[in-house]
Amino acid sequence: MNRRAQLSALLALPMLWLIGIYIFSLVMLLVTAFWVTDPFTSKVKPGFTLRNFEQIIANPAYASTSIRTLGIALAVTVLSILISVPLGIFMAKVASPKLRAILAVAITLPLWAGYLVKILAMRITFTEEGFFNSMLGPLGISGPGFSIVTVVLTLTYLWLPYMAVPVYTAIRQLPPNLFDASSDLGAGAGFTIRTVVLPLIKPAIIAGSIFTFSLSLGDYIAAKFVGGSTQMIGSIIASNINLNPPIAAAFSLVPIAFVVIYLVSVQRTGALERM
Amino acid sequence: MRSKIMTGAAFLAVAALALTGCSADADGTAAGGLSIDVPDIAMLEELGEMESEVNIVAWSGFVEPAWTDGFTAETGCTVNRRVAGTSDEMVQLMRTGDYDIVSASGDASLRLIAGGDVQPINLDLVPNFGDDIVEGMKGQIYDTINGKSYGVPIGRGANILQYNSDVVTEEPTSWDVAWEADSPYAGQIIAYDAPIYIADAAVYLMAHEPDLGITNPYALDQTQLDAAIDLLQQQNKIVSEYWADPAAQITSFAGGTSALGTSWEILRKLTDDDKFKSVLPEEGSTGWSDAWMIAAESKSPNCAYAWVDYTSEAEVNGAIATNFGMAPANAAFCETSDEAAAHCEYFNATDEEYFSNVWFWTTPIEQCIDGRTDVTCTNFQQWTDAWLSVKG
Repeated sequence: MNRRAQLSALLALPMLWLIGIYIFSLVMLLVTAFWVTDPFTSKVKPGFTLRNFEQIIANPAYASTSIRTLGIALAVTVLSILISVPLGIFMAKVASPKLRAILAVAITLPLWAGYLVKILAMRITFTEEGFFNSMLGPLGISGPGFSIVTVVLTLTYLWLPYMAVPVYTAIRQLPPNLFDASSDLGAGAGFTIRTVVLPLIKPAIIAGSIFTFSLSLGDYIAAKFVGGSTQMIGSIIASNINLNPPIAAAFSLVPIAFVVIYLVSVQRTGALERM
Repeated sequence: MRSKIMTGAAFLAVAALALTGCSADADGTAAGGLSIDVPDIAMLEELGEMESEVNIVAWSGFVEPAWTDGFTAETGCTVNRRVAGTSDEMVQLMRTGDYDIVSASGDASLRLIAGGDVQPINLDLVPNFGDDIVEGMKGQIYDTINGKSYGVPIGRGANILQYNSDVVTEEPTSWDVAWEADSPYAGQIIAYDAPIYIADAAVYLMAHEPDLGITNPYALDQTQLDAAIDLLQQQNKIVSEYWADPAAQITSFAGGTSALGTSWEILRKLTDDDKFKSVLPEEGSTGWSDAWMIAAESKSPNCAYAWVDYTSEAEVNGAIATNFGMAPANAAFCETSDEAAAHCEYFNATDEEYFSNVWFWTTPIEQCIDGRTDVTCTNFQQWTDAWLSVKG
């Protein structure tokens, strides 16, 4: 009995947080998606309508924006993996301890700066007369300007640490004798990476990809500042949040659906159990 | 042009009300004038004791210690400021009931009035709102409804065409360089990022496609709105980027990404480079006009009235206008010093002819404010939905 009291005391605070604030606000969000808005005063009134969902399906702008955002999130994730895996292998297995420390600091350095500062830094980098063009201009290369490409590069820059850190940690934990064994059996470096390293660090890659994927899905500030005329799911939610909160709530279910589909398909591979 | 129509409409409304002998009736007796169903909210008849504080939602730069300190010393009311970034945010904040005053732009004011969020203002209690308020800011549709005044003007400005004279060597006279698919500056055009920007397309169509019959860019029926959206989608292909954040607009011009597009005089000034020039093209333009409005359920109505009166005084109104970079509402400011005169000159403060070409932001509503009764006009929510399809 006493043990049970202790246990409830221990769980009281996190449960209060989880149910009282976290779950409650999510449920409120979902409920709002069925409410109606007065078209003139844009005041929200409780009610029940499926019109908000109809509108999301019927308006081609919502569909094309959803697909564009999904594409951006996937591109950011793939790009982050392509950078993190070789970098992780180099840091864990090749670099000297000193270089390894320097690289570890370099990867986590962006986390020290504010989000907006980083976005504005990228904005300055990619303006017509900015750093990118003035460095590569003499070689006849001109930058992507403000476009979808720049949005992908910016988001990759923002979220890379969330992929690179778990991947590097996973590679560090691989026993060195696996590499020796692989090499003794005659495998080259590429073959070892493909058949030994990648399967073992898959849970780390998936953990990182959940961050890069879902953070990219929800972002809209990058599209606003470096996207030129790019519109993302977040842009639509942001422009509706004051004028038509129910439709913003309904549309916010789209990224949630994407993440759920992603998690379910990842779970099928069994990777989540080893995380 | 429009201001004349509106003054006429307001006059008609007042006359009709006077004839029927109902002083504050909102059920629409105005013959031919615009009358809108608004909640009946009582007007303050006389002032009482000052409360201890007043809470204000304002644009950045409207409420600063340079003049709030004087106000507090004079009245004993402490000023709490909340800066809002957009009109939509202002409307939302006013609905919380935590604020007494808002510096509403024309695209927010009708929503606030119709939503019952602000109260009619007794101009007798605002002695500084006198004959010196510039002509073009008196009795406008966005703050005067059914003959009742809901706002006290602060200042105004036009959405001008700014260009980089290094790239655009010949001064543009028309907006066509920003709208037409074959613009020589395709890919270097910056556009404003908000549903109200649809009105800019409508202003252009008014001049170039008279067959559409647009007479007021804020009164668009479905066909006219579709035409405006088509034009915006055409522009979308030649746009370098959209701006809503003033700092982003400045860096876009300064960084060379954009060479031409929608701007405010103050932003052009802030680029701090003479190669950036501005013009009000022949088609005219949209603009904004801000007014103080008092919350319907203000907890500090006396301090609120005192603030509105204090800031309508020439010096204070001028200080706000100078700080924000706009034309002041109180023309008496222009005669207070050489510096003030230069400011008024630069922002065309008393040049009604300049502003007669400017269509100030107004919330689009179903009732056509151009006087048409045979069609339903599109409302702001439809504009918001339509705007999203521009950037698809």
